[in-house]
Amino acid sequence: MALRPKAIVVGGGLAGLMTVIKLAEAGVSCQVFSLVPVKRSHSVCAQGGINASVNTKGEGDSPQIHFYETVKGGDFLANQPMAKGMCEAAPGIVYLLDRMGVPFNRTLEGHIDFRGFGGTLFSRTAYAGATTGQQLLYALDEQVRKHEDAGLVEKLEFWEFLSVVKDQEGVCRGITAQDLRSMEIRGFPADAVLLATGGCGMIFGKSTNSVVCTGSAAAAAYQQGAIYANGEFIQVHPTAIPGEDKVRLMSESARSEGGRMWVPRDGKPWYFLEEKYPKYKNLVPRDIATREIYHICRVLRLGVDGQDMVYLDVSHIPKETLDRKLGGILEIYEKFIGDDPRKVPMKVFPGVHYSMGGLWIDYEADNHGDPVADSPRNHQTNIPGLFAAGEADYEYHGANRLGANSLLSCFYGGMLAGPAMRSYMKALDRSCETIGSGVYEAERKRQEEAYTRILGLQGMENPFALHKEMGEMMSENVTVVRYNDKLAATDAALCEMMARWKRIDINDTARWSNQAVAFTRQLWNMLELARVITLGALRRDESRGAHYKPDFPERNDAQWMKTTLATWTPDGPSIGYAPVDTSLLTPEARKY
Amino acid sequence: MATTTVLLRIKRQEGQTAPSRWEEFHLPYKPRMNVISALMDIRRNPVTVDGKKTTPISWDCNCLEEVCGACSMSVNGKVRQACSALVDHLVQPIVLEPMTKFPLVRDLMVDRRRMFEALKRVRAWIPLDGTYNLGPGPRVDPETGAVAYSLSRCMTCGCCLEVCPQVTVISAFMGAAVISQVRLFNMHPTGRMNARERMDALMGEGGLADCANAQNCVHACPKDIPLTESIAAMGREMTRHMLKRLLGG
Repeated sequence: MALRPKAIVVGGGLAGLMTVIKLAEAGVSCQVFSLVPVKRSHSVCAQGGINASVNTKGEGDSPQIHFYETVKGGDFLANQPMAKGMCEAAPGIVYLLDRMGVPFNRTLEGHIDFRGFGGTLFSRTAYAGATTGQQLLYALDEQVRKHEDAGLVEKLEFWEFLSVVKDQEGVCRGITAQDLRSMEIRGFPADAVLLATGGCGMIFGKSTNSVVCTGSAAAAAYQQGAIYANGEFIQVHPTAIPGEDKVRLMSESARSEGGRMWVPRDGKPWYFLEEKYPKYKNLVPRDIATREIYHICRVLRLGVDGQDMVYLDVSHIPKETLDRKLGGILEIYEKFIGDDPRKVPMKVFPGVHYSMGGLWIDYEADNHGDPVADSPRNHQTNIPGLFAAGEADYEYHGANRLGANSLLSCFYGGMLAGPAMRSYMKALDRSCETIGSGVYEAERKRQEEAYTRILGLQGMENPFALHKEMGEMMSENVTVVRYNDKLAATDAALCEMMARWKRIDINDTARWSNQAVAFTRQLWNMLELARVITLGALRRDESRGAHYKPDFPERNDAQWMKTTLATWTPDGPSIGYAPVDTSLLTPEARKY
Repeated sequence: MATTTVLLRIKRQEGQTAPSRWEEFHLPYKPRMNVISALMDIRRNPVTVDGKKTTPISWDCNCLEEVCGACSMSVNGKVRQACSALVDHLVQPIVLEPMTKFPLVRDLMVDRRRMFEALKRVRAWIPLDGTYNLGPGPRVDPETGAVAYSLSRCMTCGCCLEVCPQVTVISAFMGAAVISQVRLFNMHPTGRMNARERMDALMGEGGLADCANAQNCVHACPKDIPLTESIAAMGREMTRHMLKRLLGG
């Protein structure tokens, strides 16, 4: 069946699929491009839950408090109207997921159960065991399958987004993409395009992210003129288990269910978070917990067995509770480490987890500070017709994201982006069908040539080894503790690596299912984005949220309460700044 | 284990119609290596035991935490997720082969589209009036919720199809995973409303009748999904469904 494509969504995780559902429901036909079958998208890795202040436990929680804690958790760098809109929409979103059949954990009365999470004292997080992301993604995957069956949605899986197609006026009119099996490159017309392509953890080599999370799509759009915002804000999750292939997340929910962090000191357990933060205890926000663990291991040298390790202990919690509420993550620990966390404390260390930064997007708020639901400005990048949502955008989380807000921002982003794209398309004076094939063919040809150049690389460097080197350097210098001299040296080394990239030996010249070629292309994009992250960090001489410089240990609102905006130039990122919308909550000191 | 090197034997094939061959690789041992990290080591230096330079191996993976279902392959003759296959627990040489019940793409990659098509056929979704705000869904008692959760963890990884004697590259049998998904949707209070459509699909070609009760599926499932219970439950529901149809209900 031939579909008449109207909108294109790149990325089949939660934000992408929610947008697809919104578009399909409004009768807009839609093509979804994904590197993997959408059911295998990185959203499956989210564990702990999704936040919504429904106050089912009579604790006095409200969306207003959720909003305040989200903004405070993000160290006042988030644009407040969008964060407010998200928190207010949260209860409705969780109820919608409930109707879709998500097997949330239940109370005795059969209501959705909620648990605590970092940065709050309220039970605000709905969850499905400890594989909430997987369950939410499956629910959306099923709904999209229904629309696919009805002929409104076409999935192009194992296709990689290569670039945006722009017309003479610079308006986005579609994309080019490559079939990663046949390696065919094609142009695809559309009246609006959404990038919901997730985060960029692979830039740090090993992270909690899936292997597709290279940030390559966002980096490609950035090289075509899309602004990348707040790139330097990278969340390093306090509790992960290091592995040879990746670091595996141990959800914050382990601590909401009573897990305690400690290291041995003078022969006794030292519960360092409980001692320093008597109110929030083990549930301080992630950036804070991560810095404490770094301090203990790297400065006090009190890591377990003298190594970069601390204990995350759930062994005092009844087995039945653990299996019911945390089964999924305990299974991961058991399978990959071999110890049973029901009996012995887990050994964990911080790992790169989430990018608060991403493609810059616009929004429209009314004079009460509420987002205007159907505004075409919502989630639109600075390239007209190109939208972004999910971890790929920079909105909502400021300088640090609270746990269980990421799933929420994916849904809310999709619920705004879908209607925004529709409004934008309605207002277009001419559709992509009247553009003519010229712009598509020109862009396709450009991508075909780039592909052929990669196939012809015959130098000495191995792209996978070069990636490992980049990842180790980025993890060492551009994560938890940042120094200007090291950041500058890292940027210089990244530039050298870009020169070395041109001396890659591609080694595999097959024109069928060639993973080396795709990876090499992604590696270039990762290098481009790594520079944005590194230079953003170098410039920002303050400490805020996840960005911490011992030489500038305080938050500096007078100078740095600004969104970082990176624009691509042939000579590297040009960095500018824009004000943050703090119209609803007055910034205050961030204390826990 | 005093291992200092790891030996892998990998089945290579450029494409579906290309001839297959075996290649062997020696790697330095690292603690907590898994099959994926070994494959990653190989592509950073793709040289066989004979010192011959070769192409990096193609394989499918994504989350590396056994929740996405991508990296199913045969490891020492047993189909499983490669990410949770720890080198310390494997006899060497570690033999890697692609699954055989799906069309080959390249090396260890196969095409599992048939599984997603089957989910479409059985209408594996909850019908919604729309995504606008209609309040919470139906209340669910915690026990039923727990059963639904155990069924809902299916990653569409294909292990249960790979071990099923009734499934071949050309057979129509949809396999245990899909039957279990029908059970999941039919037990949901809203999903139940479309139970008949799903049962009709299970009555059709490649449906429940093709199961020969070998029970291999339940042992191969990496998520311990009670697949044989689901098959039995759907068998009982099918009897009721057929009776109803006979009686013109």
